[in-house]
Amino acid sequence: MNHLETRGLTVAYRAGGREVPAVRGVDLAIPPGGTLGLAGESGCGKSTVALAVLRLLPATARVGGSVLLAGEDVLTMAWGRLRAVRWAGASIVFQGAMHSLNAVRRVGDQIAEPVLLHESAETPASAARRAADLLERVGLPPRTAAAYPHELSGGQRQRVMIAMALACGPRLVIADEPTTALDVMVQAQILRLLKDLVARNGIAMMMISHDLSVLADACDRLAVMYAGRIVEEGPARQVFADARHPYAAALGAAFPVVGDPASRYAPRGLAGDPPDPAGSGTGCSFRPRCAVAEDRCAYVDPALWRAGPDRSAACVRVLPSEEVL
Amino acid sequence: MTTRTGSAVDGPAATAPAVLAARGVSVRFAARGGGGVVRAVDDVDLRVGPGEIVALVGESGCGKSTLARTLLGLERPSGGSVLFKGEPLGYRARELKAYRRRVQLVPQDPGGSLDPRHSVYEAVAEGLRVHHGTLPDEAVRVERALSRAGLRPPERFFLRYPHELSGGQRQRVVIAGALVLEPEAVVADEPVASLDASVRGEILALLLRLRAELGLSALVVTHDLGLAWNIADRVAVMYLGRVVEAGPVEEVLTAPRHPYTRALLSVLPDASAATPTILTGEPPDPARVPPGCRFHPRCPVLASGAAAEAGVAHRCGAEDPGPLPEAPGHGAACHYAAVTAERPEAGNR
Repeated sequence: MNHLETRGLTVAYRAGGREVPAVRGVDLAIPPGGTLGLAGESGCGKSTVALAVLRLLPATARVGGSVLLAGEDVLTMAWGRLRAVRWAGASIVFQGAMHSLNAVRRVGDQIAEPVLLHESAETPASAARRAADLLERVGLPPRTAAAYPHELSGGQRQRVMIAMALACGPRLVIADEPTTALDVMVQAQILRLLKDLVARNGIAMMMISHDLSVLADACDRLAVMYAGRIVEEGPARQVFADARHPYAAALGAAFPVVGDPASRYAPRGLAGDPPDPAGSGTGCSFRPRCAVAEDRCAYVDPALWRAGPDRSAACVRVLPSEEVL
Repeated sequence: MTTRTGSAVDGPAATAPAVLAARGVSVRFAARGGGGVVRAVDDVDLRVGPGEIVALVGESGCGKSTLARTLLGLERPSGGSVLFKGEPLGYRARELKAYRRRVQLVPQDPGGSLDPRHSVYEAVAEGLRVHHGTLPDEAVRVERALSRAGLRPPERFFLRYPHELSGGQRQRVVIAGALVLEPEAVVADEPVASLDASVRGEILALLLRLRAELGLSALVVTHDLGLAWNIADRVAVMYLGRVVEAGPVEEVLTAPRHPYTRALLSVLPDASAATPTILTGEPPDPARVPPGCRFHPRCPVLASGAAAEAGVAHRCGAEDPGPLPEAPGHGAACHYAAVTAERPEAGNR
């Protein structure tokens, strides 16, 4: 059974009397020990998917479809069960560790808090020992427990966030931009730590980023989102190096390979603006920015089609020619 | 000791007088809590030639932003001097004001540097008014700057407010604000770090186009080696207040000599290096610069015994390789690189 599975997940936010769709039918599956990278630019819905998995969305959001954590639907779960599932079933490492940690509490106490809340057998003393163990597992000296967040560097704070996410032994960790704003060397340390932890403990991971190169490095599979939908999915290396959807290709090319003559003096971006979530015209939502759009793209809104072994893409160009609409 | 090898062809930018240069610049601060000195920038030479794009790369706390601020005249060096077109920078108010018209800052994070209550027109015209008062052709100049920054047609943006713009458009407004004074050089601090992947390439392409169309020189401060590869002619790598390696981008980034540069390149997500060299710990404290080579406590070449094999290990901990003097070509401030430079196959492993 998959650790995480979403089926036809939709999320719409109410804004100014109308509903603005943020996620428009997302199917994802992560098996035990599997790692999935979820990529896309601001506003594509990737963080909304992460929040929907733990039902952390604001009350103005309307959620449809299903989110199964180890087979149990999070969206219909009773409140008590949901509390048990958060932290112990799945936990989130948020971006920007500075804002996610409580500035006036020692980090050891912050790590011990979910342990105490979730496991009645724990005493404050045993929870503190567990916090010290967790700090060691993420590569920090146990004395870090006595520090306040402002006494730590950005990389150390992100390690504290990871220790906290692991505190209750979750089966799924969601890492939302875990290395954004970190230096390259610290980013490499954090990515290696996450990879080691999930591999050693058989934890499933969903990592969210706009940097395809980071995701391709850290995850087995990659899903690229655009305008609330997945437009490409497949083995991470293949999607990064040889994307079938023009948007996934543009996102992959945005971060050059140092030493590649093709990208020297040739930064590649994507013209045009991100799609307006409120306005849904007909046809493919990527068409206004697509360099290879065809006439039929104006009226065909492509679903995910098979695009090679174990891969899919939502683009008319991956259709075999006899299936052309 | 430092090594320097001239590259076969040095462009005209390397021989013409620099638009912007640091000569032996040091910036020291009193350490927090009293006692001790923070050597944020420690004896650095750097030059940006006419129409040249130079990337200054390094990790947080390496001194790159302090050096950039010093080059902009926002920080006064404790030692050495800043030169603009060969002339030392004066620090009297009037001299600084004139200087800042000719060398402009493109700040990081357009979200934070634009006033939400100012329209695009006001944001771009502000610099003009500070320097020239209200000019009769103000609107023409604002229009031209917006157009050069890629916001076309410019008058359509005049009355828009920052919240109505995308992240990429906001960054273009910030760039237009720098261009409106028609500077000879810009210093851009992490110009794409807060932007989406898709917008990143567009803004970098804009910097290249401004160089081609206006001959604009640029110093780009970044931690992003991919950015340097995308747009810079030369790159300088900073570690703990010093430039430890500098040279043409093709040479430094494909055949790095300093172990620190090699480690940085090896951890890029798509690096082909089979085993990335992940340096442990945080970059050290500029208030406590290690003796000898400042990189030696974290140096993988020293730790692996390769430096001992080359017969330089005793010097790494005792002898400062010294600042890297400004010169054309590719240079590294490393004892090991110096003795292995004649044997490139050993130097490149």
